[in-house]
Amino acid sequence: MDGEIAAEGGRGILGTRAGRALAANWAAGFLLLMLIVFSLTGRNFLSIVNFQNVIQIQTVPFLLAAAETFVVITGGIDLSVGFVMGLASVGAARIMQLMLAASVAPGWAIAAAIAAVLVGSLLPGLVNGIVITKFKVPPFIATMGMFGIANGLALKISQGFPLGGLPDQLSAIGNGYLLYVLPGEFVSLFSRPASIPYARIREIARLVPLTLPFIVIALAALSFALKRARFGRHTYAIGGSMDAAVRSGIAVDRHLVKVYVLSSFLAGLAGVVNIFQTGIGNYTTFNAQYEFFAVAAVVLGGASLAGGKGRIWSSALGVLVLAFLENGLAISGILPFYRYIAVGVLLVVAVVIDKLFPDAR
Amino acid sequence: MDYLLETRDITKRFGGLTAVDRVSIALERGEALALLGDNGAGKSTLIKIISGVHKPDEGEILIEGKKARIESPMDALAAGIETIYQDLALAENLDVGANIFLGRERMRRSLGVLKVLDDQSMREEAQKVLDRLDIHIPSLKKTIRTLSGGQRQAVAISRSIYWDAKVLIMDEPTAALGVSEQKKVLDLVRTLKDQGIGIIIISHQMYDVFEVADRLAVMRRGVKVGERVVKDTTPDEVVGLMVGSETVGKER
Amino acid sequence: MSKNRQPALADGAPTGGRGRAFASSVKGSWVLIFLGLEIAFFCFKSPGFAAFDSGQMLLFYGVQVFLLATAELFVIITGGIDLSVGYVLGFASIVSIKLIGWFGSLGLGTGLSLLLGVGATLLVGLIPGLVNGALVAYLDVPPFIATFSMLGVCHGVSELIINGVYAMGLPKLASDIGTGHLMYVGPGGASLFQKPIVDRGVSVLEIVPNIVVVTAIVVGIFAFALARSKFGRHVYAIGGNVDAAVRAGIPVKRRLLGVYATSSFLASLAGVVYAFMYVSGKADAGASLLLDSIAAVVIGGASMFGGSGTVGRTMIGALIIAVLDLGLRMSGTPTFDKYILVGVILILAVIVERYMQEAA
Repeated sequence: MDGEIAAEGGRGILGTRAGRALAANWAAGFLLLMLIVFSLTGRNFLSIVNFQNVIQIQTVPFLLAAAETFVVITGGIDLSVGFVMGLASVGAARIMQLMLAASVAPGWAIAAAIAAVLVGSLLPGLVNGIVITKFKVPPFIATMGMFGIANGLALKISQGFPLGGLPDQLSAIGNGYLLYVLPGEFVSLFSRPASIPYARIREIARLVPLTLPFIVIALAALSFALKRARFGRHTYAIGGSMDAAVRSGIAVDRHLVKVYVLSSFLAGLAGVVNIFQTGIGNYTTFNAQYEFFAVAAVVLGGASLAGGKGRIWSSALGVLVLAFLENGLAISGILPFYRYIAVGVLLVVAVVIDKLFPDAR
Repeated sequence: MDYLLETRDITKRFGGLTAVDRVSIALERGEALALLGDNGAGKSTLIKIISGVHKPDEGEILIEGKKARIESPMDALAAGIETIYQDLALAENLDVGANIFLGRERMRRSLGVLKVLDDQSMREEAQKVLDRLDIHIPSLKKTIRTLSGGQRQAVAISRSIYWDAKVLIMDEPTAALGVSEQKKVLDLVRTLKDQGIGIIIISHQMYDVFEVADRLAVMRRGVKVGERVVKDTTPDEVVGLMVGSETVGKER
Repeated sequence: MSKNRQPALADGAPTGGRGRAFASSVKGSWVLIFLGLEIAFFCFKSPGFAAFDSGQMLLFYGVQVFLLATAELFVIITGGIDLSVGYVLGFASIVSIKLIGWFGSLGLGTGLSLLLGVGATLLVGLIPGLVNGALVAYLDVPPFIATFSMLGVCHGVSELIINGVYAMGLPKLASDIGTGHLMYVGPGGASLFQKPIVDRGVSVLEIVPNIVVVTAIVVGIFAFALARSKFGRHVYAIGGNVDAAVRAGIPVKRRLLGVYATSSFLASLAGVVYAFMYVSGKADAGASLLLDSIAAVVIGGASMFGGSGTVGRTMIGALIIAVLDLGLRMSGTPTFDKYILVGVILILAVIVERYMQEAA
């Protein structure tokens, strides 16, 4: 058969291998560039403390971006993730409050609340999936409707206030680190050594936030599912050609429901993480725009909103780009509002590059 | 000897319109039957009935002499009837092996416990099928998007062959192809015939029909207006049947 | 927007022109019927609802949604979406105050500086739309991304301008216009624009808030443009089938520029109105209105894939949401329920629309 002239993007410099490699990895390159620039413009940017902070804060966005990755690959979108997360956070807090009031031990209360919320967070996805597949409602609308519903429910449960009065263990775990080191003296696991005088606490270095292994394992598992399991293959197939998927006997409707359920489950998980990190049940405000940033991260990572492309670690890279952009600008003393503008521009650049190099990733 | 595939008096109505009117065709093993007719003649509807997309209002379908219940695309696939539509229905973002095995992926055990896609073996099997059909695709690791029209057509055909299609229905197989690729597709059709597969081709290209088809059936306004053995007829006669300057009674 | 994700397996039965017209009118009347039922429901639930005043209050507070929904309609008909309208509104609310203040400082009279300030704001407000349109039409950026980016940019620019504080400082005339009515009927007779000064305890009938009049006129003009002008015809054509539109010689890229510019123009107007109503400008003034405006368009029967929808039905959709809001507030239900209900109604509306389409 004739050679592969068809569809290899680009002419001139764009068509060279170097050009394509650059396009495929431009997000990584941009991240590197940012790290260099900000280390010069910001004091303490390039420090373990700062980096660990960023990773900590991004745990929730990592999860949400992973959720959106699956959905976007199928050509859909899930606008409800931010609010499902808020609902989960608030719901778990409320359950804990009720159980504590009923004199249940904190440990059990926490465990029960988490279990209940994780199971409960399967529901919004189920509804989204059914509305989209059975009733043929476009994902944009269906998940927008759910976002209103989830938001309303979260507000109802919390009555507009963050829910407090939760066990201290939550934030101890959520903000805990693996290692506490007093240089030259000792190393301790999981908790600050009790014998240190208050005055010397600032000398202790904290290494590896507990959320780091958690998120790495979570992302690795999801990436595995996407790349090497049948579930992932079918997800890509549906995004690539729904006709092909249907005609190959794949139960497309059922699969799509599973994808949306996974998405809302991850959002629920993010809510649980949120409650561990803040120690409080928080509903999601309109301003937070978690879902938009999650989708932005996924697009930065090379996915296309039309479906068929996307990878977990690439989306994670997208999250890091956005995170360090904000972090770097803040540390360099630049008004946070420039971040909004920068993200906007970056996003457009990502899409344009993707158009020029459709096969690069 | 039974026919490989036979339809008897198939009729399909949509509202007040009779799209297919008591059409009977028969297909032998290793034979290529061309289905011809102008737009709206009912060819598409007929093959959709055979491939399970529509249920006929009347009539029956027989496979190897036995009555077959084909009420969904899955039924047709299970009966060995594979259809290659004009849009090919391939996933552009997946490679050749993934497409051929779509929906029926091979798995292997990783670390003894986890079930993981066995891309390696799928690619090997894909290569075997491509070799069998004498198709050359340089790299099986790239996505379908990088292949030419003819190569994609070949992949779609390979997919059907791998799953042991008995009957292959091709809708305008050479429509979007260049000359040399058209020739290759026709060669493929001949190879398939040699392997005993029955083929129904819908085509507007007289050249293709006269190159590979053994028999042809012409439809007009839902009715089969004529059947010919390709050797014994001419393009003019066929066009005449399609357009209606000749009305000949049904044969067979 | 996502393309039609339904497998191309099924043959549709032939749909004649009459079928589509019928479906269209049934769709339209369904929305009206629902609105009627909703109003009846709330009248029943809280007696104060049926008052003349409530109706006016409804329209008064709904002005932003009416304008934003019209903005979204144009974009949605072409098969796109505009996520930036909320923040363009905020941007315009801030810019208008700043510009009016600046013109005032030049020594021009109040009236003139208001006029110039508003005019300048509306001009500046075209920019986000032109950028959106350029990105979508010329660089092939998906509308979701382009307008989402613009949302961020507007947000950033707005906050930069005001530097964290609210924008304030409009002359009294502005708030008089913003909260004033067209006509007043007092004990001394009727008067236009000027609220008669009366003794305490004497009530004055207020008829038709100014901003409602302005909104009605503007929406009316755009409705006419959409339904009757060549521009409007082209907009529908692009939404129906872009390729066919191109082949028919329609300057698709220029029209898309126009569509997105229209959208940001209307959003800017909504921002100016906001400033006049509340005498302050906020970057996120319109953030929560995005959902409402898109919901209004969808509830009004427009298809998210483009090609259909009318201003009239979109206004009914917007009214449904406005009535919901007011009704819930008057019956004492917490506003949190509103979010839930809007979400549910949105989904139901699309489902019903689908069934009607298939039945046709």
